[in-house]
Amino acid sequence: MKLKRILSAAAMTAVAATGAVAEDSSDPIVIPIHNWSSQIVMSNVVGQMYEEMGLNVEFVTTDSQAVYESVRLGDVALELEVWEGAFGASFREALSKGGLHDAGDHDAVTREDWWYPMWTKDACPGLPDWKALNDCAELFATAETGDKGRYLDGPVDWLKHGKERAEALDLNFTVINAGSAAALWAEIGAAEAEKKPVLVFNWTPNFAEAVWPGEFVEFPAWEDGCDTDPAKGPNPDALYDCGNPATGYLKKAAWDGMEGKWPMAYCVLTNISFTNPQIAEMAKLVDTDELEPEEAAEEWLAANRGVVDPWMSACSG
Amino acid sequence: MALSSAGEMDLSHEGESKGRDPVLLSILGLAVVFILAHAIGVLPSWLVRLPESWIPPTAEVLDVVFAFVQNDLGLIHLTRFIAEGPLEFMLDATANLLYGKRRWPNLGPIPWTAIAAAGTVLGYYLGGWRLAALAGGTFLWTALIGQWDIAMQTMSVLVVAAPVAFVIGLLLGIAAWKYTWVDVVIKPVLSILQTLPFFTYLLPAVIFFKVGPTAGAVATIIYAIPPMILMTTLGLKKVSPEVVEAGKMSGSSRFQMLTQVYLPSARTEILVGVNQVIMLCLAMVVLTAFIGMPGLGAKLLAMMGSFKLGRSFEIGVTIVLFAIMLDRLSKAWVVKQPEHHEKGTPWWKEHAFLLAGLAGFVVFYILAQFIDVFTEIGRRQSFSKGKEIDTAIKGFLALDGVRAVTEWLRWFLNVKVLIPFRNSLLWIPTSAFILLIVGFSYWLGGRKSAIYAAIFFTIVALSGWWDRSVITLYTVISAVIISMLIGIPMGIVAARNEVWAKRILLACDTAQTFPSFIYLIPAIMLFGVNDVAVVFAIVIFTTVPLTRYTIEGLRTVPLEITEAADMAGATRRQKLWSVQLPIALPTMAVGFNQAIMFAFFMVIIAAFIGTQDLGQELQRTLAGTELGKNIVLGMNVALMALTFDLTIMAWAEKRKKSLGLD
Repeated sequence: MKLKRILSAAAMTAVAATGAVAEDSSDPIVIPIHNWSSQIVMSNVVGQMYEEMGLNVEFVTTDSQAVYESVRLGDVALELEVWEGAFGASFREALSKGGLHDAGDHDAVTREDWWYPMWTKDACPGLPDWKALNDCAELFATAETGDKGRYLDGPVDWLKHGKERAEALDLNFTVINAGSAAALWAEIGAAEAEKKPVLVFNWTPNFAEAVWPGEFVEFPAWEDGCDTDPAKGPNPDALYDCGNPATGYLKKAAWDGMEGKWPMAYCVLTNISFTNPQIAEMAKLVDTDELEPEEAAEEWLAANRGVVDPWMSACSG
Repeated sequence: MALSSAGEMDLSHEGESKGRDPVLLSILGLAVVFILAHAIGVLPSWLVRLPESWIPPTAEVLDVVFAFVQNDLGLIHLTRFIAEGPLEFMLDATANLLYGKRRWPNLGPIPWTAIAAAGTVLGYYLGGWRLAALAGGTFLWTALIGQWDIAMQTMSVLVVAAPVAFVIGLLLGIAAWKYTWVDVVIKPVLSILQTLPFFTYLLPAVIFFKVGPTAGAVATIIYAIPPMILMTTLGLKKVSPEVVEAGKMSGSSRFQMLTQVYLPSARTEILVGVNQVIMLCLAMVVLTAFIGMPGLGAKLLAMMGSFKLGRSFEIGVTIVLFAIMLDRLSKAWVVKQPEHHEKGTPWWKEHAFLLAGLAGFVVFYILAQFIDVFTEIGRRQSFSKGKEIDTAIKGFLALDGVRAVTEWLRWFLNVKVLIPFRNSLLWIPTSAFILLIVGFSYWLGGRKSAIYAAIFFTIVALSGWWDRSVITLYTVISAVIISMLIGIPMGIVAARNEVWAKRILLACDTAQTFPSFIYLIPAIMLFGVNDVAVVFAIVIFTTVPLTRYTIEGLRTVPLEITEAADMAGATRRQKLWSVQLPIALPTMAVGFNQAIMFAFFMVIIAAFIGTQDLGQELQRTLAGTELGKNIVLGMNVALMALTFDLTIMAWAEKRKKSLGLD
């Protein structure tokens, strides 16, 4: 710790000596963290980069939907993982209220949809084509659903429209909402022992890919307006008759006041762009290798200097 | 024997008279008429479900009121000032000392070895080597398992919240004892606070006190105050007149009377209150993870979110150890009477323990400057066995025997019991449902309970969340019935033998202090996402008070009476049914009542499994800012819980009186 502080002080004087940029405020940059590992590690990686630049950083744990309100008000300075599917709505709402803005996309893409672990495919070889689902419906049946298949959707407040899709595509499935992400994993984990076929809501990048290899069901490809215009998609009378976008964005968001208060940090933020494998690696260090997020961030940074250094040096000159 | 047969006669007599009671008959009769009318489809629709247009816009009105109080009256400035001023200052200071957050006084983090040393000495001072081992062992475990930092994040809020809750509770308690009007105002507020689901504490805290530790601390403080008030008032009321006389005779002023006479005499009750404050604070501080409190709770949620059963379990163990340690230490403090040294004792002897504690602290503080592991144990050096426990848990759940049993239970309970039960409750017209509840309250608790039940359930019906309230109630009832089938027989068997009674009570304690949401994942893995898992998770919690109070109740049966029964030649079975159980029943009712309260608490947490009840809606409000809706939902839960609380307690009181136990 001590050594790091001295180093960062040295870095600060070095920057000050060049005198080329406006000074960043010494107030701590507050970075929000949520409850999934890649976001926590990524936040720590960026936090440690800022600390190397001699800035003060602080982390606060917040709700991943409510955070956009906090960014807007400047209670936190930025958000590093804005998922199109999961947080697009909250992000756009805050955007329209003003106070935060889009700080650029990551290279990574996101996807969320109906998903199954690989062993399911052995029992139902027609997958991942969605048309195979009805033939296999019985494989997914449970005591409560009778001869209908069972699909475990995300929590109701994630608004994934699983029920609407099952109806629109005439799937012989009962859609049940889990109460939390943990409930989804528990369901997969319980099925693992007997290699029982299960169909659950899942997304990528996510730690689950490393634990349980699996695939997304290939629904009719997403068309813009599938959620608002019944004519789009195979069923002319229904909404939600398409799969979710297969390449959703992963954005960064920043508080409007960040650029003025911490110009250098803001500049670095706009340069940052992680890829899917990099994010997966961050999650793996915590989820599989069992490191604490701070240690994982240190390790990741040490192994990826070539990636992050250009982002930082581009801003110090 | 005389007493018991009298009691029995009384019971049967009561039953008969109740059976013919015209009021009860007409309430139930009306309910039956409504149900039959509904069955043949002639019941007017407004008696089946209240029409939408009748539902007052309570949530909207509350939102407007809050917006007014918050913005126009400027309350938010006051609360934010408190949050950002004194409260944040205290939290920052403890955060700095305990885990090195960069704030004044910039001294921390204190090395774990130093805290452990001081804690061990404190344990020895309060309760000899056993408590020393408990305190030292808890700190050692936490550090070795690699959870020191997160545990200290939790403690840094606890050490602020508990004293604040203590002071506020004590002052309000004194006020309620001194002025009757305060007592009258405070009583119902306390009852509601004690039954309000914790999600309802969280959202207002966030809105008024900013996301993070400050809001967490505020919610924790409010949650922990009620028992402190109750215990303070109780203690002060009990102070004997002789003591008061003596105080008056020696010419004490009113303030002196309070500080020198009343408070010291009420010491035991007040310290019991302190114990409860600490325990509630610890329970709540873990739950505040939902509103961004860092610490053990947040880590537990994150671990559960990435399906790490082993690590979640270890965090659970840490929380239990801390709970047991704080509980035992504070109880030891209750028992320990102040020591009085002879005049002329050297000061170092008077303060021997304080000095030893300080010495241990300083020695390790200095050592830690040179030896890194004495300051911090990182993940790489820790002894966490997360993965191994993972494998063990998964292996157990995958056993063929376990699978077969859970599969069958899932099928049987879901298809044959729970789903039909839920559907029939939902089918019953609102009007008949309320009448049935009122009838139940009248039969058990009497007229007063029935009036409360009628008012409370009408409010629930008018809230516009009737179906979800019924589903909540259905889950609670199912869970309580199942836990009665398990808990009461277990209590009866355990009560036969002192050793077993002790063991079971210890198991009860542990099961109860385990953070409640840790049970959710095993429940899902055993039964899948459905009502059986929800009920199972609740049953683990509600069985505890039923078992405990059955044991306690049977233990309190006077020896003379059981001996009399033996002499009268009663068989073991006769003795149990006709002598012991009737006498134990009022105590068991307390356990039954607690079980219902726990069920209402746990059913809300079970929203994380996946439910369609009030809990699910409450959970959704947390992410947003729908304060009005949050409070309406919370009140529904509280009102339903209170109805049962009032009814059962009224019955227990009556029974106790008629048995001459009170």
